[in-house]
Amino acid sequence: MSRSEEAVIEVRGLVNRFGPHVVHEDLDLDIRRGEILGVVGGSGTGKSVLLRSIVGLKHPDGGSIRVFGQDLRRLPADQRSRLERRFGVMFQRGALFTSLNLQENVALPLIEHAGLSRADAEHLARVKLALAGLPPEAALLAPDALSGGMTKRAALARALALDPEVLFLDEPTAGLDPIGAAAFDQLLMTLRDALGFSVFLVTHDLDTLYTACDRVAVIARKRVLVADDLATVEATDDDWIRDYFHGPRGRAASQAAQRLEDQ
Amino acid sequence: MPQTALSPGKLERQAGGLRATGDWTLPHHQRLRKTIEQQRPGHAANTQDLDLKGLGELDTSGAVLLVEIIGPERMLEVANWAPEQPAERHALLLAVAGAMQHSDPIPTPTRSPAVAALGEIGRIMENLGRQQLQLLGFIGLTLGSLASVLLKPWRWRVTALVAHIQQTGLNAIPIVALLTFLVGAVVAFLGATVLRDFGATIFTVNLVAYAFLREFGVLLAAIMLAGRTASAFTAQIGSMKANEEIDALRAQGLSPMELLVLPRVLAMMISLPILTFIGMLSGIAGGAMVCVLALDISLTQFLDILQRDTPLRHFLVGLGKAPIFAFLIAVIGCLEGFKASGSAQSVGEHTTSSVVQSIFMVILIDALAAMFFMEMGW
Repeated sequence: MSRSEEAVIEVRGLVNRFGPHVVHEDLDLDIRRGEILGVVGGSGTGKSVLLRSIVGLKHPDGGSIRVFGQDLRRLPADQRSRLERRFGVMFQRGALFTSLNLQENVALPLIEHAGLSRADAEHLARVKLALAGLPPEAALLAPDALSGGMTKRAALARALALDPEVLFLDEPTAGLDPIGAAAFDQLLMTLRDALGFSVFLVTHDLDTLYTACDRVAVIARKRVLVADDLATVEATDDDWIRDYFHGPRGRAASQAAQRLEDQ
Repeated sequence: MPQTALSPGKLERQAGGLRATGDWTLPHHQRLRKTIEQQRPGHAANTQDLDLKGLGELDTSGAVLLVEIIGPERMLEVANWAPEQPAERHALLLAVAGAMQHSDPIPTPTRSPAVAALGEIGRIMENLGRQQLQLLGFIGLTLGSLASVLLKPWRWRVTALVAHIQQTGLNAIPIVALLTFLVGAVVAFLGATVLRDFGATIFTVNLVAYAFLREFGVLLAAIMLAGRTASAFTAQIGSMKANEEIDALRAQGLSPMELLVLPRVLAMMISLPILTFIGMLSGIAGGAMVCVLALDISLTQFLDILQRDTPLRHFLVGLGKAPIFAFLIAVIGCLEGFKASGSAQSVGEHTTSSVVQSIFMVILIDALAAMFFMEMGW
């Protein structure tokens, strides 16, 4: 496993605010190569805003974000676009292009950025859709004909189109049934092991945290309270963390993960 | 994977099979695919041995090519014939091979272009017919729910009605006034140019008055609203539909017809006559300006002729058409919104269609009405 201490993304002293409402203040976070980093926090604590700041969709109000050792904000547009191609982003509601079918959705970045011919790109796109666990006949479906789980898988396939080094997932298992969510966790781990990317995973799904994540970052009170392996995070002395991990749902997920390991 | 162009991927023939070297990554994909097609005379080559020892970087696109060379079944045994490769590369090749086992190319049905063109014409005709039928049905539905609400004042949505009157009527006053003023000026100029040859410049006043009272006031206002409001109705209702808001209303036992359609239709039927009246005034004012500034007809003279020579029925003929146009524009705008499906493209298509249809309907009805009024001698 190429997991290491090396940080592919370093966030330092990040400040984000909307008018008078401060979302982040002096927030620090690292994403290391090859890890699956789970990001948790109550609703409205700015998990998605953090994701959007890192991938460059929101201009932060202060602090620095270094990606592969370079500050995205200081780069000229073409270099920045080249760096951003090494990101794969999967949005909360899929954000598939509704006027294209699935294979066209995945083929689009391949045609635009990698300069493949349409036939080659669509062939690769079908393989990526199959990698994400979709049946072959799904390739020609329109996004509005998909179920929730299929939408998530298709969005993952599109995020993986350019073989990203860092994958950003915004609540990928929200709205999936437990079987589908568990399958998604497995898929994510298989692909991470196979393709070696890092994952920034915003989630509320405790099972995902216990089964898939190498480290967990807790966002509360406008900064990252703790970012470490689950055992350390669970043991942190903080009211919110205690409620989150030692509440009824947290205990159940922890026991389930324990049983899974014992088997 | 870092996509370096340092050692481009190569496929070479060697004793006992093929040898892959260099980086098999996305930037080299196109070229590698060509090489493979040259190297491989037929599918028999699938059984050849593949040597991966010199392989540099590998990503999914490269893995897809490697799997294509030797076939997914054989790639699933990659650990046996290429044990020197690191475990994560095995995992990658296995994952891709597993996916490609199930991703057979789907045969797409091909039809001859002539048949396709004929089919397309048929589909368009059928859609046109169905569209008119749907429009009639929707008009009936609107009138039905209007009738059911009319006698129950507590179910009148006064707030929504007033809000829509503001959006469709009040906010459209400046643009309608400006537009009709300019057209009024143009009509006066044109008329004066032609009538001067007959020494009848003074009839420019009658021309402007007749044109704006009977036709232009209502037509320009209606076309303006068709572009401005029918499109807005379609986009609003279409995106509500895409967002399942319409379904949410229905599920709560609320009628979208009553909540969404009726206030819009009624607001249009109140707004358009007012805008028509403003359009008439402003068009005549435009004509008057040209008469006063360019044709030596004084304002008093203009108003005098206007009052003396213009019967009231012209005004009534023009204004009478406004509620009908308004009803059609609003109904078409709402119906197209309901027809939109979840995709962004569909909302766009139906918005276009609602503007085109409502302008078409307005002009068609206007032409029929003009003939009718002429025959009646009104």
